[in-house]
Amino acid sequence: MIENRPYLTVVSHIVLLLGVAIVAFPVYVTLIASTHTAPEVLQAPMSLLPGSHFVDNYLAVLAHGAGESGAGVGRMMLNSLISALVIAIGKIAISLLSAFAVVYFRFRFRQFFFWMIFVTLMLPVEVRILPTYKVASDLGMLDTYAGMTIPLIASATATFLFRQFFLTIPDELAEAARIDGAGPMRFFWDVVVPLSRPSIAALFVILFIYGWNQYLWPLLVTTQEEMYTTVIGIKRMISGGDAATEWNLVMATAMLAMLPPALVVMLMQKWFVKGLVDSEK
Amino acid sequence: MEKRALFRSSWLPYALLAPQLAVTVIFFFLPAGQALYQSLLIQDPFGGNLQFVWFDNFKELFNDPLYLASFKVTAVFSLLVAGLGLSISLVLAVFADRIVRGSGVYKTLLIWPYAVAPAIAGVLWLFLLNPTLGVVAYWLKVHGVDWNYLLYGDQALLMVVIAAVWKQVSYNFLFFLAGLQSIPKSLLEAAAIDGAGPVKRFATIVFPLLSPTTFFLLVVNVVYAFFDTFGIIDAATSGGPGQATEILVYKVYKDGFKGLDLGGSAAQSVILMAIVITLTVVQFRYVERKVQY
Repeated sequence: MIENRPYLTVVSHIVLLLGVAIVAFPVYVTLIASTHTAPEVLQAPMSLLPGSHFVDNYLAVLAHGAGESGAGVGRMMLNSLISALVIAIGKIAISLLSAFAVVYFRFRFRQFFFWMIFVTLMLPVEVRILPTYKVASDLGMLDTYAGMTIPLIASATATFLFRQFFLTIPDELAEAARIDGAGPMRFFWDVVVPLSRPSIAALFVILFIYGWNQYLWPLLVTTQEEMYTTVIGIKRMISGGDAATEWNLVMATAMLAMLPPALVVMLMQKWFVKGLVDSEK
Repeated sequence: MEKRALFRSSWLPYALLAPQLAVTVIFFFLPAGQALYQSLLIQDPFGGNLQFVWFDNFKELFNDPLYLASFKVTAVFSLLVAGLGLSISLVLAVFADRIVRGSGVYKTLLIWPYAVAPAIAGVLWLFLLNPTLGVVAYWLKVHGVDWNYLLYGDQALLMVVIAAVWKQVSYNFLFFLAGLQSIPKSLLEAAAIDGAGPVKRFATIVFPLLSPTTFFLLVVNVVYAFFDTFGIIDAATSGGPGQATEILVYKVYKDGFKGLDLGGSAAQSVILMAIVITLTVVQFRYVERKVQY
């Protein structure tokens, strides 16, 4: 605080409260809509006070979803969870290994491989949709968890992050390990991985959210309802048009789709912020 | 920076790199090469009659009014998303920085939209602004606004901009707040003693010192608007009405998957790749906070 200006402090609180209210408003309306019956939601304007069908609606979507898509949201959430976990853990694992190779070994084409990984930053899924889809379908990966996750687990960002971190590990540790007769993999497991724990935790939070929120890729590779992720499920539920859409159930699904990543952000806020800042360096 | 202490092995480093490189080659380089190659071909939708046409696909694209319109939509969209997103979050961050007690609470309450999937952000705002049942649409109508994004392209564009900004504010806010908190307080105190009020201090000290953060966020936001908003557009408007919200990324998807124009879609992919490469180079070349290679 530079100087005491009470009125400015009051203004600050008002602006921030307004910001919080605007940010929270869509989710509040979603929550309310998910407690009403379908006809109540269709009444314009919908009541902004909670209705009485909270439990009914959530049980209904968890068991059999909404509209024509017959898959239950429980199944969809399981799919989302599996792909988010595989993507996050897979990215971290292969990046740890490749960063370790690049930092602790000298070998032919080291620089070349490093640049190959770097270039992937410039090729987001969106710009190579069709050919990537074709590769996945040629490999028989449509409608499989492998197809939903493996094409997404190469990560330049994570590799750089770990490389930067490994460069700060004192050389003495590696020397000591060698004198004690530890091979490179022993050193990797017993020294490098434990030291990287904070980076791994931070990255895990970011990558879990990234994996959970994937849209375009699962939209392409999943055609069967039982492979839909929650985010895809919602899109399928609303594609029937206004009259056919059971908005109360769609909104319940939306709440369920937002809950896990939002909880991760709020509960692991420290790691989340570290992950965001680190991965943008 | 290089390590002095190294391990020796003729095969281990290759084995360690293998998984990452395998995924990279199979799912990045192969498809990207395919896109490059296909962009020079014409093929009919049923897979026959392949013809090599050099740059005809590109020529055709740049003579196609629909493609040029999509460029314009993308430009307007990303300018609005970046402009609105940055200004709103800067205002919030400046006020949050002022508050001594409780700023942590505000931070927690403002950052969670980052966790919401773009497609879901699109659905939430679609629900609020739906002309027949949306709560906000109802208020707008009561106040005499003729709101129907299914008919008016500008309104549809506004809707996806709002959804995109809503989701991105949390990210910008975090970085602005961190930037503000790293400005030395002594500078601001000195200015205050010299009689500069809060507005003057912001304009002459805080904002200039914040410019690296602002520039970094500008690039990130443009990239976000170009690529990560696909889910918002697809869920909320599907590019419509007409072409009003059809950004470049959406058009690649639509022409390729729904229109089955492989050559044209591949050519669009190549143009998008060029854009990403430019943006990435800008980001690494001019942005202060970067990795050292």
